[in-house]
Formats: sequence, structure tokens, C-alpha cells
Amino acid sequence: MCLGIPGKVVAVNQDENWAVIESFGVQKKVSIALVDEEVAPGDYLMVHTGYALGKIDLKEAESSLKLWEEILFAKQPS
Amino acid sequence: MQNSRLELNFGREILKMLPSLAGAAARRLGRTPVIMEVCGTHTMAIARSGLKSVLAGCIELRSGPGCPVCVTDQRDIDRIVALANLPGIAIATFGDMLRVPGTGSSLELERARGACVEIFYSPLEAVAYAARNPGKEVVFLGVGFETTAPAIALSIAAAAGQKLPNYTVLSLHKLVPPVMETLLSDPELTVDGFILPGHVSTITGRKAFDFISLKYGRPAVVTGFEEIDILQSVCLLLKQISEGSARTVNGYKRLVREEGNKKAKEILAEYFKPADAFWRGFGLVPQSGLAIKEKYSRFDASAKFALDTPETQPPKGCACGDILKGKLTAPDCPLFARACTPSSPAGPCMVSSEGACAAYYHYEWSEQDREVN
Ligand code: SF4
Ligand code: SF4
Repeated sequence: MCLGIPGKVVAVNQDENWAVIESFGVQKKVSIALVDEEVAPGDYLMVHTGYALGKIDLKEAESSLKLWEEILFAKQPS
Repeated sequence: MQNSRLELNFGREILKMLPSLAGAAARRLGRTPVIMEVCGTHTMAIARSGLKSVLAGCIELRSGPGCPVCVTDQRDIDRIVALANLPGIAIATFGDMLRVPGTGSSLELERARGACVEIFYSPLEAVAYAARNPGKEVVFLGVGFETTAPAIALSIAAAAGQKLPNYTVLSLHKLVPPVMETLLSDPELTVDGFILPGHVSTITGRKAFDFISLKYGRPAVVTGFEEIDILQSVCLLLKQISEGSARTVNGYKRLVREEGNKKAKEILAEYFKPADAFWRGFGLVPQSGLAIKEKYSRFDASAKFALDTPETQPPKGCACGDILKGKLTAPDCPLFARACTPSSPAGPCMVSSEGACAAYYHYEWSEQDREVN
């Protein structure tokens, strides 16, 4: 039920608080009334029950590799 | 693309070293490490991806109270059924609620008997439905955790904006941190680390779960829903267990912030106030629910309609309570796959595809055990 669907923003209407996102080739209108950051075309949003919950930070997505490095290369406790 | 291929390679590396990580954790504990995934979407992802069997022998995975549908109290289902039978009422709900059994009935049964039950993907659709049907009293079932509650709060805002006299919400919302407190203060709990719900944390923020490490000394990782996310969180937990350390780590930084979603939290605080709530399997959990504030009581179904129903008993033999607390797994329940199947569920954990028993039934139990039974 708390399933989220990620989608790429293709259009935004700031005044009316909605955006059109495309996910898996399908476009749909979602509310951005809950997003506390600026939303612009090209952004990625996580959507749940018709509302975007927040923006997906692509830079963070890339640096999630750092967490892997932490596991793989950190010194084991002696 | 290249990035995900890279991650896949990391994933393979991790899988190779997982047994030694788990071994180190097991040596420290003197037994197999037990990890709980709190969210049902994780339960389903773990079952479907086959990760559970990959991890079997290394670690034991248990499901927690991670589905607001599963933990909806039987008496609340009875209330909903009673409500559905009042004249002029249209119940508006997410589809998951349809088949959850109450004492003698479910929404699905009542609908077959002629009650008006409409399914919506978004609460905003339910508001539009109420506007189109002024002759009906539309009651939206506010079921969900922190993820869903802000959207439902905004449906109240929309109904207020349109001055709709026929839209109310029955708030059965549940909050995750308070039930985690209840779980963690159970002296019988043997869970060594927690995989925390990614989308709940989007709203609450990572810090809201810090108490798991600070107060109870257990490691926890806020986790996304890709297999690679789950694998990563398992490794981070094992590493902490083997070191004897405990931190609440954000493994879902691409979406979850330290403080969560400020705007959503403000909206929650405007429309709701924390209230005691009953959870299936747990009973009363203090301040773990959300009640609609008096200011908005004309949108509160519990204020508008008399919903008294008698105390209830759970179905005989149903072990949902212990399953939701991580004390038992699905096949330990005497009703599992016998009196309780996805097509005819006796308890809530079998209803939603994210429920612990349903996930087990679909993905783990089938191949080996079906012919034996
Ligand atoms: S409803 Fe589903 S997704 Fe939401 S918490 Fe439950 S299981 Fe997770
Ligand atoms: S198998 Fe059915 S009856 Fe048993 S615990 Fe699961 S849902 Fe409840």
C-alpha cells in the first residue's frame, strides 16, 4: 500500500500544485502539494496515492555506491 | 544504466562475502542473526526476488508490523462493515481493504450484498466522487502509515475548499515509531537489526528512528525497495552486529532526508493529532494513531456517525499477532494453507499481497510444500 512509483517530470503547474510525470512510458498527473522542494521538468519524483512524496536525488543515487564501498573495503574489526 | 551495472557487480561481490559477514555476526551473538523487515513492501520484495532463500542459513528474516491493512484492528473492520450498512453511505477505500475480514463479514461481502463500496487509487478521486454524488455520504477509509496520511489530510483540505457537506474520513492511521517502541520494549523480542520502511521515512525522516539505536542499542537501516537496496541494508546490519555497534543509517538517501518532509509534517499537524490506537496483534499502542482535530470534526466520520460495535475475538487459531511481532513465521500458524489461503483468508496477513502470510504462501511455500500437503 505504501508502494511508491518513480516518475520523470515532463510538465509542472506550480500555481495549481500539479505535475505530469512519465513512468514506464505512461504519463499521469500527480499532486506536488506535499513536495517541499522546487519541482522542474527533468526531475524525478516518488509518487504514492496520486501525491509526490519527494524528489529523487540523482546525485545521491550515484553516491549510494559509497555505502557499498563502506561495506566492501572497510576494515573488519579485529 | 552503467551505474546499475556497476551496482550489480557490487551486488555479486557482496553475495560472495555475505556468509562471512553473517558468520562474524553469528559468532558475536552465539546464534543466527535475526533481522526484521518492518514494511510489507520489503516483505514482498524479499520473497519475490528469492533473496530469502539466498539468505537462508546465514540470517533469519522476520516480518514486522509493516502493513497498515494487516494491523487494522478487527473491531475497526466491524465498525467499517456497520458503517457500510447505514443508508445513504458510500464507503471510499483503497483496494487492499476490501477483503480484510471482520468478525462476521468484510467489505467485499457487504458490497456483494448491495452496500456501496468504491475503490480509489487516490483520496482526491474520492473527493471528486463526493462532489459528483451529493446524495451520498462518502466516507473515506483513512488507512495507512505516515506515507499515506498527508495525502488524506489534503483530501480534507480539498473537501473543505469545495465546502462539501458529504465527505468524511474515518481515520484509522497508524504511526510506525510508536509501534517500534512497543516492539523493542518487549523483553521476548530477539531481533538484532531492523530494515526500516523507505517511504514512511520519506515523511518522518531518518532521525525519527534514531531511538532504535540510541535507546535500544539495535542497528537499523532506512532502506529502498530495489533488491540491491535490501542486500545493502542486510550487509550494513550484519557489519554492525558483528562489531557490536548500533547506528540508524540512511540507506535510501536518494529520497529520504534527515528531517523528512517538512511540508508533509506540517500538513499532518494541521489536520491530525496523535491518539491511542488499537493494532491487530498488539492491542493498544499509546499515541500510535492519528485522530482528526476538532477544528475539522465535520470531516470526521467518527464524530458524524455512531459507530459502536461490540468487543471482538480474533479468528480461532489465527497467529497474526505473533507473526506481526516477529515471534512466529507463517507456516507456524495452524491455519496456514488449510483454513487460511489467499482466496479465502482467515486473518489479515493473508489478505494483502504484502501480508507476511500471503507473501510466504505465494513465493516460498508453494514449490516444496504444496505436494507434501
Ligand atoms: S501497506 Fe504495504 S507498503 Fe505500506 S507499509 Fe504495508 S506493507 Fe509497506
Ligand atoms: S495463516 Fe492466516 S490465520 Fe494464520 S496467521 Fe496468517 S493470516 Fe492469520
